[in-house]
Amino acid sequence: MEIIGMTALELAEKIKNGEVTVKDAVEAYIKQIEEKDGQYNAFITVAEKEKLEQRIAEVQQGIADGKYRSNLAGVPIAVKDNICTKGMKTTCASKMLEGFVPTYDATAVTKLEEAGMIVIGKTNMDEFAMGSTTETSAFGVTRNPWNTDHVPGGSSGGSCAAVAAGEAPMALGSDTGGSIRQPASYCGVTGLKPTYGRVSRMGLIAYASSLDQIGPVGKNVEDCAALYQIIAGHDEKDSTSLKKTVEKIDDLAMASLRGKTIGIPKEYIGEGTDDEVKSAILKAVMIMEDAGARVEFFSLKMVDYVIPAYYIIACAEASSNLERFDGVKYGYRNMEAEGLHEMYKLSRAEGFGEEVKRRILLGSFVLSAGYYDAYYIKALKTKRLIKEEFDEAFKKYDCILAPAAPTTAPKLGTSLSDPLQMYLSDIYTVAVNLCGFPALSMPCGVDSKGLPIGVQFIGDLFNENKILNMATAYEKVREDFSCGKFSSKNNRDKEPVQNILKIKQEGEV
Amino acid sequence: MSEIMMDDNGEKKIDDKTMDNVEILAKLALTGEERYKAMAEMEKILSYVDKLNELDTKDVEPLVHVMPHTNVFREDEIENDDGAEATLSNAPKKKENQFMVPKTV
Repeated sequence: MEIIGMTALELAEKIKNGEVTVKDAVEAYIKQIEEKDGQYNAFITVAEKEKLEQRIAEVQQGIADGKYRSNLAGVPIAVKDNICTKGMKTTCASKMLEGFVPTYDATAVTKLEEAGMIVIGKTNMDEFAMGSTTETSAFGVTRNPWNTDHVPGGSSGGSCAAVAAGEAPMALGSDTGGSIRQPASYCGVTGLKPTYGRVSRMGLIAYASSLDQIGPVGKNVEDCAALYQIIAGHDEKDSTSLKKTVEKIDDLAMASLRGKTIGIPKEYIGEGTDDEVKSAILKAVMIMEDAGARVEFFSLKMVDYVIPAYYIIACAEASSNLERFDGVKYGYRNMEAEGLHEMYKLSRAEGFGEEVKRRILLGSFVLSAGYYDAYYIKALKTKRLIKEEFDEAFKKYDCILAPAAPTTAPKLGTSLSDPLQMYLSDIYTVAVNLCGFPALSMPCGVDSKGLPIGVQFIGDLFNENKILNMATAYEKVREDFSCGKFSSKNNRDKEPVQNILKIKQEGEV
Repeated sequence: MSEIMMDDNGEKKIDDKTMDNVEILAKLALTGEERYKAMAEMEKILSYVDKLNELDTKDVEPLVHVMPHTNVFREDEIENDDGAEATLSNAPKKKENQFMVPKTV
């Protein structure tokens, strides 16, 4: 089997057995990047050849010596460009950090290194993770490997496109409002946003600190579970990092949906969702029922309030977090300014792109005297109501199932003209961040344009093990899904979806 | 897609005076055109988020953190070496081992 076609776990197994060398593995992916990335632009930076060679030798030796014993030792990985890598440029896809070279590794990166993984490059993203299409990057758009006229989603668009294009077997992304799950859906790959605090944010360049979380992107659920276990865990350098022990993921080979209860918010497959997305989700539901799950529809009345609450909170935190970019310590500086304040204002105006400035302005406004209660506090109160509604649902269900996005990947150049419309593409993902829940997005079908559709498994706090097991069980019955093809052996494909929808919606609630 | 609620009463939230203040808080020097566009977009986004006013939150406590976070303290012991050189390595302008900025007064 070709190296590129293997899952990360398969590749690591072959490296461990000596069937594949670490050098072969890394070179195979570097070759893919050299050949294909001109077309996709998934990477901003590729690791320097010399440093890479050193690391390859070190890892190969370390595996032989028993220093690297993780089940992903020797596997190359791509890292989103808002996660600090010592000695490797980290730009946040912004002119503001164009030449920034971190002097330390993010804790998540340190954990990759300790597991014997090899960082092969830094992936493109929306500037400072603000956007849903990877079009706000200062270093050019990333194109969707399934159809290069379409966006890969965002903000972790580069990480997801890299995995979809076979330019990396797995990647790290970050998710503040859906930034792992929505691009995973658009690119036909699997992505997990862990419970808030599971993965240290130390070294993740902050966007909205109460919502940000690093997570894995991979070819399948099992790869994501393996990578999740490597990066998760308490870190004293992040005061919001959970002290709770990361529970071991059950043997996924035994994963089953039998007896599991699944709730689907009626509103999530309502008017705003594309018909083809709806039908793919409902087909997935029927397949899960066949596999022994009990599925029910329920009403999530807060759905229309999640985007307004999210944007107020996220922009407020962003305006505060991005104050650090003042042209003094690192990053872009306007060299002509004569006074200190003029230098701050011009450096920031010239260094930040349009969407980043828009969010800083909005955040500054909602936090300002006279508006703080009406907007920021109101949003925090709304957040409580949203959390309470989900908490009620989790009393009944093991997992909440939802589309990852209301549509498949839009065409390039069609999203940025109307920011509000773009914000609404996050409608099914942001509540998870507001509530801190873990959630996974994985492919469940392809639309008539040949673009992938993603289904989301949302779990209660700390329930990564449960959703990873349920998603694996679904993956087993879903049949093969790899870049460019989707072949379902389920005869559910032939059922008229409108009928299913009707029965389902009239049935429960 | 959900409908976007617009304010019909024509009342502007972001007038010139408010925008002056926001620009100071945001520390951004916007060009005339940028400022004009930003004001219009903020107006639109704020009208949309006003949807939250439909909710009665009189007796609801704001939820800041979903996890019970407390302050984390530790002894103030030095764990790292002198990192001045590394810290200064990304500085746009430096002099005698210090960050250099334009005149402040």
